[in-house]
Amino acid sequence: MSADLHEIWVYLSASPLAGLTLTLAAYQAGLWVFEQFGRRPVLNPVLIAVLLIAGLLTVAGVDYRTYFDGAQFVHFLLGPATVALAVPLYRQFHQVRRSALAIVVALLTGSAVSALSAVGIAWALGASERTLLSLAPKSVTSPIAMGVSEQIGGLPSLTAVFVILTGIIAASLGTWVLNLVRVKDWKARGFGMGVAAHGIGTARALQVNEVAGAFAGLGMGLNGLATAILLPVLYHLIFG
Amino acid sequence: MLGPLTLLLFCQLAGELIARLLHLPVPGPVIGMVLLFAGLLVRSLLVRGQTDGADVPMPLQETAGGILRHLSLLFVPAGVGVMVHIHRLGAEALPIAAALFGSTLLGVALTAWIMNALMRRSASTDATTDAGPAGEKQ
Repeated sequence: MSADLHEIWVYLSASPLAGLTLTLAAYQAGLWVFEQFGRRPVLNPVLIAVLLIAGLLTVAGVDYRTYFDGAQFVHFLLGPATVALAVPLYRQFHQVRRSALAIVVALLTGSAVSALSAVGIAWALGASERTLLSLAPKSVTSPIAMGVSEQIGGLPSLTAVFVILTGIIAASLGTWVLNLVRVKDWKARGFGMGVAAHGIGTARALQVNEVAGAFAGLGMGLNGLATAILLPVLYHLIFG
Repeated sequence: MLGPLTLLLFCQLAGELIARLLHLPVPGPVIGMVLLFAGLLVRSLLVRGQTDGADVPMPLQETAGGILRHLSLLFVPAGVGVMVHIHRLGAEALPIAAALFGSTLLGVALTAWIMNALMRRSASTDATTDAGPAGEKQ
């Protein structure tokens, strides 16, 4: 009996099936909690899913790499999903063209402030250099952030965690802070979420309003470009 | 479903190839997004001679909508990576938490606020020069 169980365990840890099923099930559990308790942004489905999976893996003694071997199929879809953002963007194109100047100025300020304030705050509170460098690109979508992190000497996998935490923070508290500064326009609200909090901010914006979603997608794409180009240059200017 | 999915993957593949061939620091999917966007623009210019964003082919719109509805699911596998770095996160909990909360909320608020202020300014100049209902409803 226990030999059978062991065999099953070996099979499960070698096949992508378990990691994949776990990911989808945990996310749906997260969605369920989110829906059940009045769609409160703090009950972010990603956060719930991550905590559930990390907890289960730790209890079962499975390492992250084994899990990721299966879950990478979900991770892979980030690529086509990024491409798909062209659709809402295109549908809002006439609005984008009208606000071009506002977009450029807000993008450059938002991009620089997100990166510099993250590094500045962590530095002031005594974070290690590795952590600082891994924090710098945390506002952009994970494939870009990980590439930039590697380029400037951070830890790409740590950056990926910062990227996701950033997204969860914005998705949970973004609505509150946007109301606090009294921005009501959907385009501006979405753009702020996209620039500062990439795909998770965009997912949240899409949930709320289609125009906000399109502008979040735009902000995410543009900040990806800006950060990929400017941050390595900035790093070389500062650290030579 | 199948056609649009192939199109999305094709754009991504073309984006990856362009990024590698030209040594661009930008990831392939972002270039793929630009390619698909440009493709939609060119298509509507050729077919209808104008672009108002209202003519995305239905199958593509459904597939894109389907993927994007569950966009945040796709971040779960990378997020679970938190367990690998739990020691560093614990040792530097305060600076990391302060940096993430502070910079994220500041970034969202400032970006949105600047964009809102600039759009209002241009909307009010439009309204005065056109003397029409061109000012956007906020």
